[in-house]
Amino acid sequence: MNWLPHISPRFFRILQRNGQVLRRTWQVNFLPPILEPVLYLLAFGAGLGLLVGDVSYRGEAVSYVAYIAPALIAINIMYNGFFENTYASFVRMYYQKTYDAIMATPLNLDEIVTGEIVWGAVKSLIATILMVAVISFFRLLVYPQALLIVPLAFLGGLAFGSLAMCFTAVVPQIEVFNFPIFLFITPMFLFSGTFFPLETLPHWAQTLAQVLPLTHLVAIVRALAMGKLQAQLLLSLLYLIIFSALTFVLAILLMRRRLIN
Amino acid sequence: MVSAVPPEAGIGVSEMTYLSTKTLPSNGQVELTRTPNRGKYVTLAFTAQSDYYGLDRWDYPARMRCEEMVEDLVFAEDLHKTFNGLKAVDGISFRMSKGECFGILGPNGAGKTTTVRMIYGFSPVSSGTLEVFGMDINKHARLIKAKSGVCQQENNLDPDLTVFQNLVTFASYFDIPRATAKNRASELLRFMGLEHKKRAKILELSGGMQRRLVIARALINNPELLILDEPTTGLDPQSRHQVWGRLAELKAQGLGILLTTHYMEEAAHLCDRLVIMDHGRILVEGGPVELIHQNVGANVIEIESPSETLLTYVEESDLDWERLSHRLLIYTRDGETLFRKISESFCDRGCSLRMATLEDVFLKLTGRELRD
Repeated sequence: MNWLPHISPRFFRILQRNGQVLRRTWQVNFLPPILEPVLYLLAFGAGLGLLVGDVSYRGEAVSYVAYIAPALIAINIMYNGFFENTYASFVRMYYQKTYDAIMATPLNLDEIVTGEIVWGAVKSLIATILMVAVISFFRLLVYPQALLIVPLAFLGGLAFGSLAMCFTAVVPQIEVFNFPIFLFITPMFLFSGTFFPLETLPHWAQTLAQVLPLTHLVAIVRALAMGKLQAQLLLSLLYLIIFSALTFVLAILLMRRRLIN
Repeated sequence: MVSAVPPEAGIGVSEMTYLSTKTLPSNGQVELTRTPNRGKYVTLAFTAQSDYYGLDRWDYPARMRCEEMVEDLVFAEDLHKTFNGLKAVDGISFRMSKGECFGILGPNGAGKTTTVRMIYGFSPVSSGTLEVFGMDINKHARLIKAKSGVCQQENNLDPDLTVFQNLVTFASYFDIPRATAKNRASELLRFMGLEHKKRAKILELSGGMQRRLVIARALINNPELLILDEPTTGLDPQSRHQVWGRLAELKAQGLGILLTTHYMEEAAHLCDRLVIMDHGRILVEGGPVELIHQNVGANVIEIESPSETLLTYVEESDLDWERLSHRLLIYTRDGETLFRKISESFCDRGCSLRMATLEDVFLKLTGRELRD
């Protein structure tokens, strides 16, 4: 079948290429995952947390800081996958014509796109390791369960990276990324059970939130962070896997439509 | 290795000899199949197993050709390319042989770039046959790309990497081992006169240097076919001549070069054979000198502000002439005699005799209207 992605392990070359570039710029790239949680935890923990007090999570009262810390990790996973495969990929594709150059080598477009998405997931993973390490200092994570957040970050990176790549394949110019950010990323940032429990929302909004991938990612990360695993989370995991698979294939098809003619 | 060839593969003696001179991957299993391909190629597929960063092993079919049987590097027959109803390439046929420099000339929008894009597997063929190294581009794009070097029209060097990293990283896309890639990269930088810029960033290079680097990059995989899409557009005369010099050297080493250009001088300089395209079709095909002789003759007489009597004279004669706004061009095989006659009888100044060039052929065939 022609529409199926045509991929060999050659996509690994794209990761090597991007990795080589990262070696020069890693300080800039990985400062946010280290600094951001500290800033957020200070602001929300010391500031807002005093006003809010404790939050109820699965019938137990937890401090507000402990409640939002896992959400910060999930948001960071989303941001790394999404921004790598929107702005950074678009620059490589549109301005630098890097894809065009590589398409004249034994790599094909499907492998280039795959390499880019997997690269976004690897960046999510690295950023998550750093962030988990920082948050551990605040004693907000329960080990060993919290270690599973690291492989989850890779899956999350794939999900948001694939979604991002779909946008990259269709936007006419770089400014247009403001739309998906305004329409998807910001609402998800706020309404995926990140900073307040979903139960406080009206019923219709709760249902709507279940469609958002970040809701599921936050749910799993939070459960892992607090060491409270439930079978129900497997559904969230399944959702993320299916979401990643569908958006991944869609990203490849849209990218082919854009670049192969 | 060769003794492992099963007799049912039907490999002839000369082919066996050829095979025995080639080094096959030591851990590869040779499995031979013969594909009739207009009788010119024998396809020997072998399965090599490659350790690739411990990721996995996958089949890497490669084809080998028997040297004495090889003729065409590129074979196109009734090739079409349509974009949204627009016929960019409209039924072209040509062949390009090994070791030849083949030019595709034409005004902007003639279909040159579209043609080469199909050849390096960038653009899918709409209809017709297109074979590179005897392989169908639709089926073997990856293999064809592995053996070709491509210099696209735009300088798409990787600005995130240094000059040297550009070459080494590009080599990795061809699975060239890092140590080999580094040697090859240094060698190519020397060849292209870019050694001193090894550690420079791409944006620090001049246009000419970038172009030379693109050509160096296209050579990183030791290609058997070098495809150059307008390699010297936008270069100053010094850079252009340097590029020509290098290309001539590569040609002398037996590399097949496929070139698109709208510099006639470039085509006359480098190409053994060329086609002139317009509106997606091939107008003429032949060697530069042959084309000049066939289409415009040996000489051109140019007359500035021709007098009425001269115009009447040429109109009544059977001369091959062309009237421009302030000039009259007469194409002729016997320049000297005609020139003497015309300059004596019709004009005392602004009348000159020169050799006919490819540009005359080009303008005569494709017209003089602007294309952009």
